[in-house]
Amino acid sequence: MLAKRIIPCLDVRNGRVVKGKQFKDIVDVDAPETLGKYYSDNGADELVFYDITASSDERKTSLEFVKKVADEINIPFSVGGGASTLADFTEILRNGADKVSVNSAAVRNPELIREASERFGAQCVVLSIDAKKNDKGSWTVYTKGGREDTGLDAVAWAVRGVSLGAGEIVVNSIDKDGMKDGYDTDLLTQITSQVRVPVIASGGAGEMKHFKEVVEKSDVDGILAASVFHFGEINIIELKQYLRANGIEVRI
Amino acid sequence: MHVILDYGLGYLYSVQKGFERVGLDTVITDDLTMIRNAKSIILPGVGAYRDAVKLLREKGMFEVIIEEAKKGKPVLGICLGMQLLYDKSYEYGEYEGLGLIQGEIRIMDISLKVPHMGWNSLIFDRPEDPLLKYISQGDYVYYVHSYYADSDKKEVVAHSNYEIDIPGIVKNENVYGIQFHPEKSGLVGHNILRAYKELII
Repeated sequence: MLAKRIIPCLDVRNGRVVKGKQFKDIVDVDAPETLGKYYSDNGADELVFYDITASSDERKTSLEFVKKVADEINIPFSVGGGASTLADFTEILRNGADKVSVNSAAVRNPELIREASERFGAQCVVLSIDAKKNDKGSWTVYTKGGREDTGLDAVAWAVRGVSLGAGEIVVNSIDKDGMKDGYDTDLLTQITSQVRVPVIASGGAGEMKHFKEVVEKSDVDGILAASVFHFGEINIIELKQYLRANGIEVRI
Repeated sequence: MHVILDYGLGYLYSVQKGFERVGLDTVITDDLTMIRNAKSIILPGVGAYRDAVKLLREKGMFEVIIEEAKKGKPVLGICLGMQLLYDKSYEYGEYEGLGLIQGEIRIMDISLKVPHMGWNSLIFDRPEDPLLKYISQGDYVYYVHSYYADSDKKEVVAHSNYEIDIPGIVKNENVYGIQFHPEKSGLVGHNILRAYKELII
């Protein structure tokens, strides 16, 4: 059977992996290919790189990391943050990435999902959603690294993204990001019950039990985390042994 | 010289890199003379069957692959490239494949999520096959696909289960096919490519 994927997420700014809390307080961690190789050799099933480089000039240089990563690792990886056109998709995939994830660019231009999916295949197109709980008890999509309220309902946007051709959904809870008190299983369950593509949980990992909880409570296919891995608080191989001991299928 | 066929579908960098890691130098080409002179042919591919068949025919590769395979040259199809080795596919219509392996490519009509995307474990059908030399039953490999090879199973070297049995590695004499991505399957994939290299050099 298919194993649940454990996915370290690496935010890249100007060619370096960085990490902040709730999109703030950014600190430098390592070079993308160095950290990528480390994770590839130590139990990660897949890697996600988000290019959070500020300006488009710097972004061109920043995307050089994609090829360096492809040279170093032999597990799948996706790249997000830098893609807003089909030409960007081409460039990222040509340099060895397996998937491209879109977030703000897809909100601005939903047709990008359809065009990319038709050109490169749904498996290459990941819709990444930053969601925050609103006072009506549902979740709203935010863009621009959590700064801009789009007014879109997160669950409806996930469903629409899949109908446009997204082959995978990454759901990042802004409320939970960096808080280390567990994933947003309510939001994830809403989304997994309504889409028939893989869903990746993101935001909130603090302890190993959070990974177990999110798999048990919502039908997610992968679990993404950043700082707990980068700062050595959770070792992926130990995490997988723990999950397997709890009856969850993982690749060891 | 070992050639990776470039017919315009999918990016071939990772496949070439995967072989480079096991010490096999490859050339990415669409040149028919080079393909004819090559010691082995690697047929990769990601995308639609229809487009792949059309491009292979337009570039004249379709007949050359069949001729070279029939002469006994090693051919390895990966992912869509593996599916192209079969008789035909029902992906968005009905398209004739290379016919080097008997069987048909059909959509996975199952209740689980499709595409079948992620790491699945291998079950060996022919444990003595030399391609499995450096890996073990139960090892995980990385799949991304929505269609699968439906056949009488006599070509299946190893499979994975995803509600139905999915042929993962198939073989007909000098022709091998791999449904998953060995170049993206970590150390296990590396060890499959390493065994393949030893078979063809």
